[in-house]
Amino acid sequence: MGAVRHFRVWRGDEDGGSLQDFQVEVNDGEVVLDIIHRLQATQAPDLAVRWNCKAGKCGSCSMEINGKPRLGCMTRMSVFEETETVTVTPLRTFPVIRDLVTDVSFNYQKALEMPAFAPPADVKPGEYRMQQVDVERSQEFRKCIECFLCQNTCHVVRDHEDNKPEFSGPRLFIRAAELDMHPLDARTDRKDYAVAEQGIGYCNITKCCTEVCPEHIKITDNAIIPMKERAVDNRYDPLVWLGRKIFRRDQIQA
Amino acid sequence: MSEVEKHNYDVVVIGAGGAGLRAAIAAREAGMRTAIISKSLFGKAHTVMAEGGIAASMGNVNANDNWQVHFRDTMRGGKFLNNWRMAELHAKEAAARVWELETYGALFDRTKDGKISQRNFGGHEYPRLAHVGDRTGLELIRTLQQKIVSIQQDDGGDGKLKVFAECTITELLRDEAGHIAGAFGYYRDTGDFVLFRAPAVVLATGGIGKSFKVTSNSWEYTGDGDALALRAGSTLLNMEFVQFHPTGMVWPPSVKGILVTESVRGDGGVLRNSEGRRFMFDYVPDVFRKNYAETEAEADRWYTDPDHNKRPPELLPRDEVARAINAEIKAGRGSPHGGVFLDIASRVDSAEILRRLPSMYHQFKELADVDITQQPMEIGPTCHYVMGGVEVDPDTGSAGGHVRGLFAAGEVSGGMHGSNRLGGNSLSDLLVFGKRAGEHAASYVDEVDGNRPSVAQSDVDSAQQTALAPLERAEGENPYAVWHDLQQFMQDLVGLIRRKSELEESLKLLGDLRERVAKVSATGGRKFNPGWHLALDLRNMLVVSECAAKAALEREESRGGHTREDFPAMDPKWRQINLVCSLNPSGEVELRHQPVPTMRGELLGLFDLSELKKYMTDEELASYQPAKDGE
Repeated sequence: MGAVRHFRVWRGDEDGGSLQDFQVEVNDGEVVLDIIHRLQATQAPDLAVRWNCKAGKCGSCSMEINGKPRLGCMTRMSVFEETETVTVTPLRTFPVIRDLVTDVSFNYQKALEMPAFAPPADVKPGEYRMQQVDVERSQEFRKCIECFLCQNTCHVVRDHEDNKPEFSGPRLFIRAAELDMHPLDARTDRKDYAVAEQGIGYCNITKCCTEVCPEHIKITDNAIIPMKERAVDNRYDPLVWLGRKIFRRDQIQA
Repeated sequence: MSEVEKHNYDVVVIGAGGAGLRAAIAAREAGMRTAIISKSLFGKAHTVMAEGGIAASMGNVNANDNWQVHFRDTMRGGKFLNNWRMAELHAKEAAARVWELETYGALFDRTKDGKISQRNFGGHEYPRLAHVGDRTGLELIRTLQQKIVSIQQDDGGDGKLKVFAECTITELLRDEAGHIAGAFGYYRDTGDFVLFRAPAVVLATGGIGKSFKVTSNSWEYTGDGDALALRAGSTLLNMEFVQFHPTGMVWPPSVKGILVTESVRGDGGVLRNSEGRRFMFDYVPDVFRKNYAETEAEADRWYTDPDHNKRPPELLPRDEVARAINAEIKAGRGSPHGGVFLDIASRVDSAEILRRLPSMYHQFKELADVDITQQPMEIGPTCHYVMGGVEVDPDTGSAGGHVRGLFAAGEVSGGMHGSNRLGGNSLSDLLVFGKRAGEHAASYVDEVDGNRPSVAQSDVDSAQQTALAPLERAEGENPYAVWHDLQQFMQDLVGLIRRKSELEESLKLLGDLRERVAKVSATGGRKFNPGWHLALDLRNMLVVSECAAKAALEREESRGGHTREDFPAMDPKWRQINLVCSLNPSGEVELRHQPVPTMRGELLGLFDLSELKKYMTDEELASYQPAKDGE
């Protein structure tokens, strides 16, 4: 038998809601999601929460715990003081559906708008050759479990609903970087696209996304900054600009 | 009756894991208007939990590998109860399915010459698993998800391939002739009902692990596809074969059952008991003796020189390792928290562990305060996979029994893995047979086009009533309490080691549960109400549990994922028998014997006669001819 602890869980829907108090048993080694499940089983069977793998691999149980965006399944109860109240609320950046469940369709919409991987035209299946060192850069970004904690914490959209149409967010910036660094992606305009269509320019490198990433992906340093730098290179580098003008490189193809 | 949203599609794929997404891609590429029904958000399916890799005999690391070797390994792993044709197709087509993923954008780990790297795994003779560290399942699901997006972009957003996320199907609908006419379900977020009219349905719902207490499976694994198939007149094959993965976490209690990848052993990890002994050497069964090392020294040499040494017994098929661990724990040689030790820290240097097993490092560090580069892990068996499932035609994935237009692929289907699945053969299975099911569903639609079966309104009404019943019952039991009991019964009585008396007791208890499941009540409304969702999932979990228990009682031998303490040996007579479950008109599970299909002569000839004799009767081997060289 474990100790009884004080939880406050936000309950409600798009019409409003409030924090509800619960006294609930907590045992050795448990995580916040275990406690939410205990509440479901014993006190609030209709308490809405998303979860799947319970091992930090699927990114479903994203929530805000004492104000911090976290995965419920990877937040050990031992990180809190024994007398500390644990407050659990839904992700703030996305519209609430019910209780801890939010409408994250924004992220899927942005993914749908982004040009997919373009396979090289002249390489047959089975003939792809890439060096480990070259795939590792993109592999870091492919560790992403799409928990959307980075999207949720990013101040560009967290309290600015009006920025959402122009801004894709950190999750999609690492996707852009991943494809840009993919050794065989046939498209060459990933950086330009990040600037023109994804709104990477809105990011002012506060690194909040990197801090909350449960996969420890260096979102800002390894994806956003290189994408911004190279985007700047291409568009504003005076030598590149001069080259374009003198050799009319931008018109040769046409 | 409340409003029901209606859609018309050619093919409806139920399940959005690897098999479902691959089937949907194939159906759409064949020109079909295709719907993907996902119980969770898109990209969260249990496929993400697959860690080790995708088995395919590309021969990138050891050029001796080929489909015949893979076929042999698969049949051995399944103790020759596999549907041989499925094992053949799987071994032949897996490599092409992996290469195809690269054209969708997948980034596997590489060999020095830039090919896809392949790792060792239990039961596979050569390094065969294409992988990305220990997160191969995530790579697979994300790759397929992004391919779906890519097709949607090519389609110009006209909805010819649409994902219905957080949507649960509760009933398949048929016309009077038994042809599939559609599927009925609800959106989890709103609780609103939805009807899909379609002549073809592909089941890709995964497994049944949530019927067990200690499991590596997520909440979605409630046997929906198996139960939908049964209720639609189809049949389930060999439901007694449930794989208990040897290495699940055992501590802390809240993570008990979470998977520890077999790659830990493939990459050098060994199992030890409380006395420090590498006990797997004591548990090599006769049928495998000539392929496994007898001394620690030889086993250790194998990692660097596999051509001249035999493999370590830690890499026996999963059923063997799980039973051995269970026996050690029972004999009092377990670890402090009731498991055994899995040690890679003393055998591989820290940097290499971090590179090859990053998510295992992360998982143990964050959830158990264990640094796997410094300390051994504590592990024990956990319910992981069901080899049984919907009986399918091997070539097309078309479901058996009295139904047409129903297809199944991946874990929900049965036969491919026989009595035990090899690690890595699941991801390849879902690609090979997902594609096939999608394509054959498409040709079936072409066949019936112009004469599509129609949905009867009365069936829609009754599906709706069934779905609403738990919400309308004022007095009734809490579904969580019923679920808890179901899991406990299955764990205790239909678990890793089984006995006649306990299986009989389980059937009695499951019978009692039937009445309780029929009376559960869900409080709250229809909007994202997990209690209601569980109340509806319970009847699926119950019927698949009954099938598993009933078949386990019937099969009086031990084979792969079915161990009977009272019948400890394999019996060649039972190898010839498949156990097939169906529902009778009053909804009770019925079981019958059916012969296992006879393997084609030239495939039989790929094995040594001496090996086949361990599994088959003399009559079966009367016409045996060894394969000619080069086959």
